[in-house]
Amino acid sequence: MDKERLAFLKSKALEIRKLTIEEIGTLGTGHIGGAMSIVELLALLYFHRMHIDPQQPRMADRDQLVVSKGHAGPAVYATLALKGYFPKDWLSTLNTGGTKLPSHCDRNLTPGIDMTTGSLGQGFSAALGIALGLRMDKVSATVYTIIGDGESDEGQVWEAALFAGSQGLSNLIAFTDYNKQQLDGYTKDIINLDDLDAKWNAFGWYTQRVDGHDIAALDEAIEKAVGQGKKPAMIIMDTIKGRGCSFAEGIQNNHSMAFNLEKAKEAIAALEASASQG
Amino acid sequence: METKEMRAAYTETLVALGEKNTHIVVLEADLMSCTGTAAFKKVYPDRFINVGIAEANMIGIAAGLSSLGKIPFAASFGCFASRRVFDQFFLSANYARLNVKLVGTDPGVTAAFNGGTHMPFEDLALMRVVPKLTIIEPSDPHSCAALVQAAAELYGCVYIRIPRKAVPYLYPSNETFKFGKAKLLKSGKDACFIALGSLMVNEALKAREILAAQGIDAGVLDVLTLKPIDREAILEQAATVKCLVSVENHQINGGLGSAVAELLAEEGFRGKFARIGIRDEFGEVGTQDYLTKRFGLDAETLAAQVKKLLS
Repeated sequence: MDKERLAFLKSKALEIRKLTIEEIGTLGTGHIGGAMSIVELLALLYFHRMHIDPQQPRMADRDQLVVSKGHAGPAVYATLALKGYFPKDWLSTLNTGGTKLPSHCDRNLTPGIDMTTGSLGQGFSAALGIALGLRMDKVSATVYTIIGDGESDEGQVWEAALFAGSQGLSNLIAFTDYNKQQLDGYTKDIINLDDLDAKWNAFGWYTQRVDGHDIAALDEAIEKAVGQGKKPAMIIMDTIKGRGCSFAEGIQNNHSMAFNLEKAKEAIAALEASASQG
Repeated sequence: METKEMRAAYTETLVALGEKNTHIVVLEADLMSCTGTAAFKKVYPDRFINVGIAEANMIGIAAGLSSLGKIPFAASFGCFASRRVFDQFFLSANYARLNVKLVGTDPGVTAAFNGGTHMPFEDLALMRVVPKLTIIEPSDPHSCAALVQAAAELYGCVYIRIPRKAVPYLYPSNETFKFGKAKLLKSGKDACFIALGSLMVNEALKAREILAAQGIDAGVLDVLTLKPIDREAILEQAATVKCLVSVENHQINGGLGSAVAELLAEEGFRGKFARIGIRDEFGEVGTQDYLTKRFGLDAETLAAQVKKLLS
């Protein structure tokens, strides 16, 4: 990836982050932690990798993204608004009655959302179904899906892992947002995922591990995943929960936080200051 | 009496539909040899998916496939198709407004030798609370074929409750069936059995004979669709006969008996009504005939219930 492209994508990631913090701050509460940790991936997918058209959100040969960790909805909405799927002022309606932007992703409410998710593990299976159906129809689109590390406690994830590995679903590229935290604490203290790479390898997946906040590294991993063409791909992203949101980053209990717009604006100012320092 | 396996009626219908409609896909969780869909696999291997013993994943895959416009039929034993995957079917399929047809086989006591662990007395109660879901329990091979075809033609989720075994034909091959429409198989002046599913409709027909010998004229309404239930057909019987008895191969709470009771109460019915079904019990192992009597689903019990109401 050339420097110019990388700078462009970093600027998109910054905008997504700012919009997401403002979006949740406007409401006063929300899933800030796991939204912040996937921002670089969202910028890369929507502004560089995915074959999509915001004017035709259900285009048949589009690449699709299933955000199985559906509580990251607010970051996805910020990305979709920035990409032009709907007006940015929708973001101020998050979780308010009658909104098109509910806490967890809903394919029927939000233009650009490919699958309804929220009950953990389920979106991952649906992503397999989409990948399988596209393969049946000989459509060469790619299905991307994001699961959480906490979500990986769900048995359904491993049912799906076995199936996709056994089927060689190479049009499926999955990401684990390995931010090492889940609602009740650190993953190592709740259910230790231990050597996650070995697990996915053993299930027949083309497994890589990258810094999930390094856009160039993520892009390179996706390129390799596409290139191998035989197995489903799992890209385990080492991330930081709450990344880039000054009052949420790396602290405990940052899964869902209450904060007002004033606090959001302080965090946004801090982000801008840090970005201008390069 | 001519009979046919319900699983054959199901699979033959899918094979016929699959020829015309390439969107039809069939999913199994390691039970294709039981449900009979191995026959579909033989003809359309590219549209058949065996996910292994992983029912939750099967429902998610079906939901994903349907988001592309495919029409997935996923099957398992009724206990697994309801209890085990309730959240997956509720959210990934129904809440997401997708188009998944879920088949639960071996309803109630027809699970017989698989025993209490495999005996769904509660699947209908679970399914009835899912908004927009259509629930059917065909009563013979012809109604099974017709309603499975109707399920394929409807956009929306459908729960299909069928035994695998051979059951008697009740209708001619040219009979037409519609979702939400019951069939008055036999009319009666004194009583009406409101019956759901092959086993109960046949027991109700036998009970009608027992009662006829004693000078009591009992009709049989074959419900076929539990949701949306045929309000008009039930209310018409309520206005015609002296007593109503709902009969279901399922617990009385949440299934047919509840649906009929709710309807009758809300419509101000003041006549005689009783529910036949499982009363606060788990299933157990045995032959189907043994279990039918053990749980009071047999024709003699049905007839006795009518006599009690009329006395």
